Amino acid sequence: MSKVIKILGTGCPKCQSMTGVVQKVISENNIDATIEKVEDIMEIMKYNVMTTPALVIDDVITIKGRVPSKDEVLALLN
Amino acid sequence: MFDWLQHFADWLIYTLFKVGAETHLGTALNFFVYDTLKILILLFFVVFIMGIVNAYFPIERLKDYLNKKKLYGLEYFFSSVFGAITPFCSCSSVPLFIGFVQGGIPLAVTFSFLITSPLVNEVAVAMFLGMFGVKATLIYAISGIVLGTIGGWLLGKFNLEPLLSDWVKKILENKMQHGEYEGAKQTFYQRLPEISRGAWDIVKGVLLYVVIGIAIGAAMHGYVPENFFNTYLGGGQWWTVPLAVLVAVPMYANAAGIVPIIQVFVAKGVPLGTAIAFMMATVGLSIPEATLLKKVMSLKLIAIFFGIVTVCIIISGYLFNLIL
Repeated sequence: MSKVIKILGTGCPKCQSMTGVVQKVISENNIDATIEKVEDIMEIMKYNVMTTPALVIDDVITIKGRVPSKDEVLALLN
Repeated sequence: MFDWLQHFADWLIYTLFKVGAETHLGTALNFFVYDTLKILILLFFVVFIMGIVNAYFPIERLKDYLNKKKLYGLEYFFSSVFGAITPFCSCSSVPLFIGFVQGGIPLAVTFSFLITSPLVNEVAVAMFLGMFGVKATLIYAISGIVLGTIGGWLLGKFNLEPLLSDWVKKILENKMQHGEYEGAKQTFYQRLPEISRGAWDIVKGVLLYVVIGIAIGAAMHGYVPENFFNTYLGGGQWWTVPLAVLVAVPMYANAAGIVPIIQVFVAKGVPLGTAIAFMMATVGLSIPEATLLKKVMSLKLIAIFFGIVTVCIIISGYLFNLIL
């Protein structure tokens, strides 16, 4: 089943590097997933996160406030 | 502590590159190599230590603490201290702001956090440590925390809630249950590599600014005449502190780039208090931050917020110049 990945962040450098990491993991491992960037602050606040960037996989917040490593993202996606 | 670094800089410039120690270029290059390396080492360590602190005290836990404990007026102080120890990222300030008020923390206490967070951040502390030494760094950090405490408390004297954006007011009306923070699942040792990677990321991120700042500083050292600022800014004229602060507020320089330049100002006769006030206004208040805050508060509230913080910074600048 295709996973829905959301990256919450208002567009700061950290959010962009998180997007980069996630994209790499997905393409390197042929994972079936869609990435959506959520940049609107009102939308972000619905997830009740206080630190960005945040990684949301299938509506579950998995990481917030830091950029994860590729291994970590891969583990979260499996 | 950094003797070995000085030896290395001497060897690199005077022996390896054969630029004479008696030439202007030689001393400037030596100064540049030494300062850059020292700052980068300090930066890494400070960010690393802050990373460890944050692993133990994540922001959610701090918020819960402010929320649940009865602090009898000390909540402004605690909020300000928490602002100092959490790493600052300008893009996180709005989510933090909402998270705090949503969790039921009074607006004024939230402001204490918001004032100190950019003011006392790991990069500013490391730069200060490298360029001005331990004493000036302590003064800077402590006064930043005091400023946040008093600033938040003063802002609490105004009726601020009506000045928030409509959608934020709506959030306030149905304050959400504050979700318990589930502790980190990883052990300390599992987190260490990640913390050091984070520290490297920050060092890499500001590297360019450090190099440019120190290069400009090194160049200014050689070309700005001794006592230049003394004549114009250091003579104790009453208007120098407000002028320095008012010039700095709209400026947006990151701490990494601005501190080496401030250091030259001080070396050439600007009083340390005026320099600290300038620094605080540069990193603490900026147009980009105002633009971000515009999403959650009205212009009037931003004006009150900036106004009060500006006045506090000016007063503390005067105080430093009296004491130091």
